[in-house]
Amino acid sequence: MADKRFLDAIHDALHEEMARDASVVVLGEDVAWKGGVFGVTDGLVQAFGEDRVIDTPLAESCIIGVALGMSVNGLRPVAEIQFADFIHPAFDQILSEVARLRYRSRNDFGCPMVIRTPYGGGVHGALYHSQSIEAFYAHIPGLKVVVPYTPADARGLLKAAIRGPDPVLFLEHKKMYRSVRGEVPEGDVTVPIGPAEVRRTGRDLSIFAYGLMLHESLRAADLLDREGIDAEVVDVRTLRPLDTTTILESVARTSRALIVHEDNRFGGFGAEITATIAEEGFRFLDAPPTRLGGPEVPAVPFSQPLEDWFMVSADKIAAAARALVAY
Amino acid sequence: MSAKDTKTIKSPLAPEHGDAAGAQMAEPATAEMLDMYYYACLARAVDERMWALQRSGKAAFVISGQGHEGAQVGTAYALDREQDWLVPFYRSVASVLVKGMPPAELFLIQLGKDTDPSSGGRQMPGHYGHSRHKVLSTSSPVATQLLHADGIALAAKLRRTGEVCLAALGEGATSEGDFHEALNFASIHRLAVVFVVENNGYAISVPQRKQMAVDNVSARAAGYAMPGVTVNGSDVLEVYRAAREAVARARSGDGPTLLEVKVPRLTAHSSDDRQEKYRSAEDLAHARTQDPVHVFTRELRARGLLTPSREQEIRARIAREVDEGTEIAEAAPLPDPATATRYVYAESPDAT
Repeated sequence: MADKRFLDAIHDALHEEMARDASVVVLGEDVAWKGGVFGVTDGLVQAFGEDRVIDTPLAESCIIGVALGMSVNGLRPVAEIQFADFIHPAFDQILSEVARLRYRSRNDFGCPMVIRTPYGGGVHGALYHSQSIEAFYAHIPGLKVVVPYTPADARGLLKAAIRGPDPVLFLEHKKMYRSVRGEVPEGDVTVPIGPAEVRRTGRDLSIFAYGLMLHESLRAADLLDREGIDAEVVDVRTLRPLDTTTILESVARTSRALIVHEDNRFGGFGAEITATIAEEGFRFLDAPPTRLGGPEVPAVPFSQPLEDWFMVSADKIAAAARALVAY
Repeated sequence: MSAKDTKTIKSPLAPEHGDAAGAQMAEPATAEMLDMYYYACLARAVDERMWALQRSGKAAFVISGQGHEGAQVGTAYALDREQDWLVPFYRSVASVLVKGMPPAELFLIQLGKDTDPSSGGRQMPGHYGHSRHKVLSTSSPVATQLLHADGIALAAKLRRTGEVCLAALGEGATSEGDFHEALNFASIHRLAVVFVVENNGYAISVPQRKQMAVDNVSARAAGYAMPGVTVNGSDVLEVYRAAREAVARARSGDGPTLLEVKVPRLTAHSSDDRQEKYRSAEDLAHARTQDPVHVFTRELRARGLLTPSREQEIRARIAREVDEGTEIAEAAPLPDPATATRYVYAESPDAT
């Protein structure tokens, strides 16, 4: 085991997969000689050359459309969208083309590709460098959506995504790149896309979260623990396919569910988890399944007090948990 | 702007006819010309049968390529049909026939049958695709496919396969951002793509003058530092010569070409459209004079290549193939709804 930053774990997965398989290529804005605006692809062009680490024009639809073409002609592209906020020009390519290619051709064509993109707030990125986009994309059948929390998962899930036969949207919380560290196993370890993971067991309520909110939820669980509230924390980590079994098993143990995400609540991904619990786990519940999300404003505002107001934090999660346990 | 008024127009970057590459591709051999003629006539006959199936209530919808046959046969025939890729659009009836899909497959697609090789009855008719023939699956949004062609060609370049990719579109699609992104990217990487704009003057009902301020789509090529060529789609051999040149350029590593082919649209946009509502009688009558199948017939007769007996032979073969294809497709089973949830994702981890 080696202690690594979130960013380095992702970098290592890319480097290792490119070394393992010559069909893996990376493309995106500033990914080559700059090494990406966050440095995730640093050193790849020196190791693998400009043919396999491709600086693209500033055109997101182009990046995704070209990656689709590469994927049907023998390559495994890993496309980087510089910020999740800028992925939307490629929405049509992702929705209408990438996610539908296998279904619409009834398996005649597949689209093995990964779209990596940093998302999330808390880094003074304001409205256009902080968005959480998972709800738009998790809605799409044919696409897999992964949001890792631990560095080990980031490496193992990215390896699995690159090797898999289907398109994967791989969301990396940008605040975690340099602030989250963890043990990463030696050797070629993949983590399967799909299963959720219970990060902390507890008796009094279940908190479901992913990405940075998982980090905040674990901090909230520590706060609650001092008050005698024993929270279970489940890392959802794959939004599509969603591991409803692990979610329902957790609710069966605790009888209370708090669903947390940074995205605004209305129509957010938490609604899917909540609905699943309500429909399939109603008999386990002692309280209404409850969502905690960002406020209903269009995006994250800039100034420190405004951003702090927007962001879901351990304190806010703990407060919501107390209310739920007291129900 | 009609096909009749079109001369071959080249941007300053277009190579001249008569250079070394051009001289080698002066004229196709007689057998090739007759084969091209066969495909143009076959496409028309298949297309007319699609309409008959729709009008008789057997097919829900038709989107056709009547008038585009010269453009499609002339360009697709310039490909290495085994090696090269076709990224089609919804009018590419003749193109996919040249690429190797038999009439029966087009009728299976038309009727949404289980054995429809493009989608198993999942997509509307006209959405062609076939991996074995290297025809990429088509969607309904326009111009998205041009970026896929770039990706195919970039993979070909990195893998050194020598493949060329022909990407087809209508002139309406040139207004989409993906068109510009695709030309830009292809030219930056000198990709082996031939962008073929089948310009029939209308995007459903919107005429070219409301779609763009330029007379020729090929003028756009200059902005992407690639050759832009406009040819008359009623002249199959002229199209073929221009396409041969573009394919040779692509194959030699000299990059993409924007090839605009001016064609008449002989039918309504689709079976759900009535073009008399927005096209004048004169416009429609003029379009019929530009019918590439008729023009090609006259040309080959005048050259003495299409003798009455050869013509009879070709027409009989086509009639037989269209009838047999229709029978196969009509007899084929419809898809079972129990299969409709399959292949959202790969069913085997080893699939690609």
